[in-house]
Amino acid sequence: MLDAALDQSFVTFDRVQKSYDGENLVVKDLNLSMPKGEFLTMLGPSGSGKTTCLMMLAGFETATHGEILLDGKPINNIPPHKRGIGMVFQNYALFPHMTVAENLSFPLEVRKMDKATREAKVKRALDMVQMGAFGGRRPAQLSGGQQQRIALARALVFEPELVLMDEPLGALDKQLREHMQFEITRLAHDLGITTVYVTHDQTEALTMSDRVAVFEDGRIQQLAPPDTLYEEPENSFVAQFIGENNTLEGVVTQIKGPDLCEVKLDGGEVIDAKPVNVANVGDRTRVSIRPERVEMNKDRLQEGAHTLRAEVLEFIYMGDTFRSRLRVAGNDNFVVKTRNAPDQLRLTPGTQVDIGWLPQDCRALDA
Amino acid sequence: MLAADGTPLKTSLARALRRQKIRALALIAPLLLFVVITFIIPIATMLFRSVENQIVSNTMPEATLALQNWDESSDQTPEEPLFQALYFDLFKAAEAKEHTKLGTRLNYEQTGTSSLFRTTGRKLDDVGEEWQDPIEDIAPALKDGETWFALMSGRGDNTLLEARRSLWNDMVPDAFNGDVGLTLSDEVAGMLPLTAAAYSDWAIFEALEEGRDIAKRDPWEAVYVGLGLDLRNADTVAAIDSYSGPHAQDLKLLTAQLDQLPDLMFRDAFADLDEDWLDPEVWQTIKIYSPDYTSGYFLNAVDMEIGSDGAQMRPDNQQIYIKLFVRTLWMSLVITASCIVLGYPVAWLLANLPLRSANVLMILVLLPFWTSLLVRTSAWKVLLQQQGVINEILVWLGFVDDANRLILMNNATGTVIAMTHILLPFMILPLYSVMKTIPPTYLRAAKSLGATNWTAFWRVYFPQSVPGIGAGSILVFILAIGYYITPEIVGGTSGVFISNRIAYHISSSLNWGLAAALGSILLAVVLLLYWLYDRIVGIDNVKLGG
Repeated sequence: MLDAALDQSFVTFDRVQKSYDGENLVVKDLNLSMPKGEFLTMLGPSGSGKTTCLMMLAGFETATHGEILLDGKPINNIPPHKRGIGMVFQNYALFPHMTVAENLSFPLEVRKMDKATREAKVKRALDMVQMGAFGGRRPAQLSGGQQQRIALARALVFEPELVLMDEPLGALDKQLREHMQFEITRLAHDLGITTVYVTHDQTEALTMSDRVAVFEDGRIQQLAPPDTLYEEPENSFVAQFIGENNTLEGVVTQIKGPDLCEVKLDGGEVIDAKPVNVANVGDRTRVSIRPERVEMNKDRLQEGAHTLRAEVLEFIYMGDTFRSRLRVAGNDNFVVKTRNAPDQLRLTPGTQVDIGWLPQDCRALDA
Repeated sequence: MLAADGTPLKTSLARALRRQKIRALALIAPLLLFVVITFIIPIATMLFRSVENQIVSNTMPEATLALQNWDESSDQTPEEPLFQALYFDLFKAAEAKEHTKLGTRLNYEQTGTSSLFRTTGRKLDDVGEEWQDPIEDIAPALKDGETWFALMSGRGDNTLLEARRSLWNDMVPDAFNGDVGLTLSDEVAGMLPLTAAAYSDWAIFEALEEGRDIAKRDPWEAVYVGLGLDLRNADTVAAIDSYSGPHAQDLKLLTAQLDQLPDLMFRDAFADLDEDWLDPEVWQTIKIYSPDYTSGYFLNAVDMEIGSDGAQMRPDNQQIYIKLFVRTLWMSLVITASCIVLGYPVAWLLANLPLRSANVLMILVLLPFWTSLLVRTSAWKVLLQQQGVINEILVWLGFVDDANRLILMNNATGTVIAMTHILLPFMILPLYSVMKTIPPTYLRAAKSLGATNWTAFWRVYFPQSVPGIGAGSILVFILAIGYYITPEIVGGTSGVFISNRIAYHISSSLNWGLAAALGSILLAVVLLLYWLYDRIVGIDNVKLGG
C-alpha cells in the first residue's frame, strides 16, 4: 500500500516506532501517508502518542525505528532547522524580547533575506491574520487570541509547505476558539499548505480536518474523513471517543448477510445490527447507536424491526433538541436526542416507551 | 469623586489602606531598627570621620586662634604671641597626654611631626622652671600651694573657670564635669589674667582628673609662667601696688624685683627644645589642618596634598591610591567576566538537566558556601604556590619546565583565580533561577523557524537570560570591589585591593580619617557604577528569579 501511495504522498510515516525508556513503546508501528495540501488532525486522549508523532515530524524527537519521509525524502537525520516545517506551539512560544514584527522577521533573517523582502513578507503575513497594526507591540501586550494569530503568522511567514500545530487553540475561550478554527482552516485551504494538527478536542478535529487520525495506545485506531469517522466508527474506542454514543453489550447469534446480523443482548433482548468487526456467531460484541439515530416513533421504523422497551429516567429541554436518559436493557445511561419539532413527544420521567433504530445505524463492534 | 458616605473617595481609600500600611510597617520595624542602629548609624559616623578634624583646634585652642594672624605664604616663622599660646596649650595637652594624639594626626600630613610633639611635651617642664625658680626665690611663700589657693580664691562668678573647663572638655570629651572646689576672685583674675587662667586649668585638672584637694597642692609650672608674663605688663604692676587682698605682700615683693625675672622669649625656648619649631612648613601644616573640617583626607585618598598654592598631586613616587582604585575596579571586572564565562554553562546545565541530576550538581555548586571562606582561600594557597599542587601537576605532565614554575600566587593572577572561585555561586544562582523560567519551547520554536542551534541560542535564549547575567554581575562585582580577605592572603603586593589599604589604615596605621575617606570614595564609585548600569542596562532588567 505504501509503495503505491508513495508517489503522491507528501508526508509519510513508515513503520515508525518510538520508545523513551527502552521498555515501553509510545508509538507502535505507525503507518501514515498524507497527500499535499491535506489538513490532517491527530486526535486522541493525552498519552496516546499523537504529540510524539508531531515532534518526530518536526525533528525534536528521533524515531526509534522506521522512517519518516517528507516529499519522498527520508528526514530522520535532518536537523529541525533544515526541515523547513512551520510550527505553532501550544503556548505560542512568541519570543518575549522581540516585537511582533521582529518575531515574524526572525525566520526570514535566518534565511538571509534582504530587508525589503523581509518587511514586505512580514506585512503580508500580518495582514493575512488581520494584525497589520500590531507590528510594533511586544507579545506580552497582546491578548491570547492576538498572540495566537501572530504565532500562526510566524509559522506561515516563511512559506513552508508543511505546517504543524500542537493544540494551538487550547488556551483560548470557547467563542474565540471556534472563530480561530474557522480562520485556520480558511488560511490552510487558501494557501494550499499541508497541515498536521494535534488536538484532544474532537469537535475541533471534526470541524477542521480533511481527515482525522484517532490515536490510542500508540496506534492509529482509525484514519478517515470526519463524517466517516462519526458515522462509521471501525471499533468501539473510536465510537466512544468521537461524539456521544450508546453502548449495549451482547453476543452475535445470527449473521443474516454482509450488512445485517442479530445480537442477543446480555439482558435477553434481541436486536438487529450491522456487523463491523464481528465475523462469527458466538462472538461477544458491543453495539453502538448514536443518540440522534434512536427512533421513538414506531411509524418511522422499518417493517419487522426489533424494538426495545425503555423506561424514561430524565428529560432535558435544550432548546433546539430534547435529550432523554433512558434505562434500556439494564443500561441506565442510554441517551436519546430528538429534534424539537411540533410532532415530537415530550417524555415524562417514569413512563415506558418503545424505542428502535434502523439496523445500519446500529453497529456491532469489538467487545 | 465621593464615596457613598460623602467623604472624598481618595480619603476613604487612604483610610481603608491605612491599617495595612501600619501593619506592613510594624512587620519591617524590627529589622529597620536593627539596621539603623547597628549598620547605618555606625557607617555614617565612620564616614563623617573622613572630613572631621577638630583635634587641632580642640588640643591647641589658643594657638589655633593665634595662627589666624599668621600668613602661611610668607615663609616666615610666626611671632612670639603664637609661641606663647603654644606653650600654654601644649603644657595642658602634655599633662593630659593628648599631645601625642595630635602629633600622630599631623604626622599623616607631614612626617616628623609626631616625634616633634612627643619630645617637646617631655621637655616642656624645663621652660616653666625658668620662671618658677626665681619667683620662689623672691617670694618663698609662693612655693606653697595653700598660699596660691588663698591668693586666687575670693569673690566672683567663676566665668573664667567655666570657660577654661569647656576648653578642657573639648580636648578630652566630657572628662571634666564636677565641683572643682575653687571660687576664683574676680579682682585677682582681672589683675593677673594669665595667672588666673593657668591656675584654673591646673585646678580643674588636679581636682577632677587627679581627684586631689587643690587647697593643699602646689600648682604646676605654667602658673608661674603666667605670673611671670603678667608681671611684664605695666598695668598689672600698677594694679598690684594698689592691691590689698591676701598675700598682697608676696606680689609686692615680686614687683619690687622685676629685673630678677627672666626675659626669655618662647620662640627661642621652643627653638631650643626642637629647631623644627622654626620651620615654616610645620606651621603651614598645622594651619592648613587647623579648621574643624578638612578636605585633607579626601585629597590624600586621591593622591593629592595641599601645598602652599592649593591642592596639587603628590610626587609620582608617593602616589598609590588612584592606582589601587583602578586596579580594584579592573580586577573586579575581570573576576566578574570570568564568573560569567565559567558560570553560564553550569547554570544552563542546572536549568536543563533532569531534576535528580540537577540537584546533585546544585549541591556541588553550593558546597563552597558551606565551607569557611578562610579555609577555601587557604586551600588556594596550597594549590597555587610554586611548589603547590597545580605547578607539580603541570611539571609532571611536562607542560611547564621545572625551572620555570608558574607564579600563580602573591600577584594579581592569584587574586583573580581565588576570587573567581569564591564568587562563582553568586553568579550561578541568579543565572540559574532566571534560566529556569525560560521554557524550552522557545528554543524549539526558533529551530522550527530555521535557526541553527547557535542562532537559536544567541538570538532567542541568550537575550532572555541577560537579566540573570545582570543580577549575577552586580552581585559579584559589588562583592569583589569590597573584598578583603582573599586578596590579603593570596594577593601579595600586586594583587591587593583598596579594601586592604582601608583595613591597614583602620587597624595598623590608625588613620581612620583616611580609611573613612577611602571607604567613602569606594561607596561613591559603586553608587556611580550602579547608576551607570541602570542607565545602560536598566535595573528593571535585573532578575534574581522567576
